Amino acid sequence: MSDGRLETVTLEILLQNVANGITLGSLYALLAIGYTMVYGILRLINFAHGEIFMISTYFAFYGIAIFALPWQLSFILAIVLTAMLGVVIERAAYRPLRDAPRISALISAIGVSFLMANLGLVIFGGRPKTFYRPQLFQIPIQLGRIRVVALFFIIPVLTVILLAILNYIIYKTKIGLAMRAAQWDFDVARLMGVDVDRAISVTFAIGSALASIGGIMWGLRFVEINPNMGLFPGVKCFIAAVFGGIGNTTGAVLGGFLLGFGEIMLVAFLPGLAGYRDAFAFVLLILMLLVRPTGLLGEK
Amino acid sequence: MTGNRSNNFVRKAGIALALLIAFYLCLFWVQTGWDVYKVRILNLSAIYIGITLGLNLCNGFAGQFSLGIAGFMAVGAYTTALLTMSPQTKAAVFFIDPLIWPLNSIQWGFLPALLMAGLVSGLVGFAVGAPAIRFRDDYLGITTLGFAEIIRVVFTNTRTITNGALGLKGIPPHTDLYWSWTFALVCVLLMVRLTNSSYGRALKAIRDDEVAAEAMGVNLFYHKCLAFVISAMMAGVGGGLLGNLITTIDPNMFRFPLTFTVLMMAVLGGLGSITGSVIAATLVTVAMEVLRVLEEPRVILGIFLPGIPGMRMVVFSIALMVVILFYPKGFMGDRELGLDSFRNLAARFRRTFLRKQV
Repeated sequence: MSDGRLETVTLEILLQNVANGITLGSLYALLAIGYTMVYGILRLINFAHGEIFMISTYFAFYGIAIFALPWQLSFILAIVLTAMLGVVIERAAYRPLRDAPRISALISAIGVSFLMANLGLVIFGGRPKTFYRPQLFQIPIQLGRIRVVALFFIIPVLTVILLAILNYIIYKTKIGLAMRAAQWDFDVARLMGVDVDRAISVTFAIGSALASIGGIMWGLRFVEINPNMGLFPGVKCFIAAVFGGIGNTTGAVLGGFLLGFGEIMLVAFLPGLAGYRDAFAFVLLILMLLVRPTGLLGEK
Repeated sequence: MTGNRSNNFVRKAGIALALLIAFYLCLFWVQTGWDVYKVRILNLSAIYIGITLGLNLCNGFAGQFSLGIAGFMAVGAYTTALLTMSPQTKAAVFFIDPLIWPLNSIQWGFLPALLMAGLVSGLVGFAVGAPAIRFRDDYLGITTLGFAEIIRVVFTNTRTITNGALGLKGIPPHTDLYWSWTFALVCVLLMVRLTNSSYGRALKAIRDDEVAAEAMGVNLFYHKCLAFVISAMMAGVGGGLLGNLITTIDPNMFRFPLTFTVLMMAVLGGLGSITGSVIAATLVTVAMEVLRVLEEPRVILGIFLPGIPGMRMVVFSIALMVVILFYPKGFMGDRELGLDSFRNLAARFRRTFLRKQV
């Protein structure tokens, strides 16, 4: 009897962890898409992507807290502003270095990342803020033995829908064609009449908008936001992108899911290794690069 | 002819010796006469000079973009601290989980401890570098960043060796100006000798074109690895000096911002310039202290200005961005400032001056 109860509890905990893993994985996936798209087109690790994600949560936070906007409007504004921020960063910090050695562009990216993290610290303050959670995301749902809030469904479903929309844009529209052409070769794409600069701007806008959606969901999920939250999710999501195959949007989503899921499962099943959680992603990266450098689904 | 040459050698050696004595006399004067705060800044400058040169060797001269310097500094700092702390202090610091056996009963002198730090971080550097060195620029960057983070996470979790997140306290303050500036001097001399050797030319060849260098018979793996290991050793010894200067270390000191600071020094000075690194490391260290003004509340002309925490790093990030966007080669590019350049400058000045006279 007692054994049976023990098993039930374990199953519940297992299911709860599965739900946590899928949610975290979806959030990583949303961020990883931005990395993979930028890397695919510019061959540059956009270190600032994590900070774009961080700042978007503050946009949404201040929209509600200071300007007293309804949360729907505040979230949409945050997404639009973040997309613009991504485009501005590309114009200011990456475009002038497009023909420079790759290391210069990389240093520029690290510089932007630090500038934004520290500006965040100066403007928003170092003390964590509490993100507003609208009722819609808090509706409890009973699923067999476990109880979760609606957010746990909304996040993965949203991620899958966004991936479908993104793949439609990339493979079925004209600007998507331009982006794919620019991935192959800037000069040839230009000769074919493709506006490469515009394609790159659109890439940054889409990537940043997805990071912003990820950021807002992150705020809804973990409630607490602070100016330093960008760096490590950022680096981890780049790893997720490499894991899935850099330049490949579906691969990035898969990599994000697996990384988030793996982290949660590592903590759940090997609590002795819980302290090593933050190293997990890096170990995965190093193994992946040694064994299969093109990622699970291959580079595109 | 030979007499002339040996005379020349004796003269040069004499000048070098005189400069060296003057340098140490200066250090003696500063160490005994100046206040503690300024001495500390000078100590930090010297340590950062050495570490920046190490990073520059790997990232600038060899073109291998490594972001793992903070990890190697952590290895060096912990090695030196654990070897120099007295058994009594260790027993007091490790009050939750006792320190494992051989470390808890030994106490070494500072020099062997520093050499050991160099050795251990060199070994770790090899273990990291050997698999990672084959990756391209940005992949190498993110992999080494990952290794540094793994080192930090491991140090946080191995409580019986590193005392975990609590860190080490009561490290003997061995570092003084003689130690730190000797370290800086040794690093500068090492770099000068290295870069003017066939080894240094091989590194520059790898940086400029790997494939061509390999075709010319440069052993890529050997040279890249050696650059990586020497860089790690310099960071390790520098980390050791840093630990015994500030007497308290914990794993969170050695996060990515530390690597960023050193990288910034190397980039501002010019990747590939020894004098650039020396100048930039000194200037940035001093500026870090001077700009503390921005972060402290104070009253200027009757107006109360609240301090803005984080403002210093904003200033430095902007400086880095400006340099990388508008002067991508830094202060010095890959040129050097030495007696020759002064002589050239004087000659050019004289020429233009004379021409104007005519």
